[in-house]
Amino acid sequence: MGYLAQTISRFESELLNDWIEGLRAKTIRRDSNADNELDRQCGQWLKALKIAAENGQTQDIETRQWDDVRHLLTEISDKRARQGFSPMETANFVFSLKQPLFERLRIVLAHDPVVLAENTWSTSTLLDRLGLFTIEIYQKTREQIIIRQQQELMELSTPVVQLWRDVLALPLIGTLDSARTQVVMENLLQKIIETGASIAIIDITGVPTVDTLVAQHLLKTVAAARLMGADCIISGIRPQIAQTIVHLGVNLEDIVTKATLADAFLVALKRTGSTISYSQDR
Amino acid sequence: MERIPILKMGKLLLVTIQVDMHDRLAMVLQDDLTNRIVSDRARGVLIDISALDIVDSFIGRMISNTAAMARVLDAATVVVGMQPAVAITLVELGLALTGVRTALNVEKGMALLSENLGEGHG
Repeated sequence: MGYLAQTISRFESELLNDWIEGLRAKTIRRDSNADNELDRQCGQWLKALKIAAENGQTQDIETRQWDDVRHLLTEISDKRARQGFSPMETANFVFSLKQPLFERLRIVLAHDPVVLAENTWSTSTLLDRLGLFTIEIYQKTREQIIIRQQQELMELSTPVVQLWRDVLALPLIGTLDSARTQVVMENLLQKIIETGASIAIIDITGVPTVDTLVAQHLLKTVAAARLMGADCIISGIRPQIAQTIVHLGVNLEDIVTKATLADAFLVALKRTGSTISYSQDR
Repeated sequence: MERIPILKMGKLLLVTIQVDMHDRLAMVLQDDLTNRIVSDRARGVLIDISALDIVDSFIGRMISNTAAMARVLDAATVVVGMQPAVAITLVELGLALTGVRTALNVEKGMALLSENLGEGHG
């Protein structure tokens, strides 16, 4: 049995208390729920560490005997990333074990300074590795969250609505990049098939800037809709955007453009043979 | 040899592509269609590609060329029933088929053509 495992098993409860105390001193937000959870996490993890360190191998944490330790760390780090802990707070979970653990190691190995130095070093590297592992998991979880949010945003921001018989509207919000254009195009074409619409109004009031790339994406969408037999009207062009489009030399001349969605809707109604009028008493 | 049938409906010709288009088939179709427009004195051509799942740049150009040829022979062409995936592919290939009229399905394409022919006579 390695000195690390010996030290932990001899001073387990003291070690746990000191560690948790150290952790609590550094946390700003505290409530009883979080405290209970911290107790549980620390207790479980220290036990797992003791078992893993039993055969003295502390160099490689990727081996099977460290499975439990890594698994628990993953769980803790994952949870903390979701709860909005900072990376520092998350890494401190492992690093704050150093001080109490080294104190106990000194007591156990007081008689032999050379062995003490060796063990302090190996334990330190071990905890560093575990700390880095924690950070890595934290990072991965955050990345997953970001990717998921991106996907949600993409789905949220591309609705195709039916305004009238044969008339669809596509209110675009946010910048158009190639990935979004693809989604927008697919949604629009699918909806054209479903509803048999012959006119689609693309409203770009919510598009902050129109550069050549965005314009190209718009033109692509219009061309694809036309291939399916639907005409497109682009509406919601703000004065600044009209200026930019002309300055950039983007050619929108083959497409009907209107300043507001209302104007575009009137054109669409006329083309589909519908009329709209106010009732008598107004 | 495999051929795509061309059906005559009054003054219109109806072409329904039901098989996978390969290059030779496309060339034969182009040949047949121009011949039929002349021999049947057709005024309109309706090409239904709703069963076509895959297009490449060659087929795209062939559709565009066929429409241009028909126009030279004074027959209006409407391409109907394009699948969304096909439309996106063509646009990404840079083939927007400008100059080809399109409609969502055969019914709408027919309406478009008859409207066109009516105008021509009146």
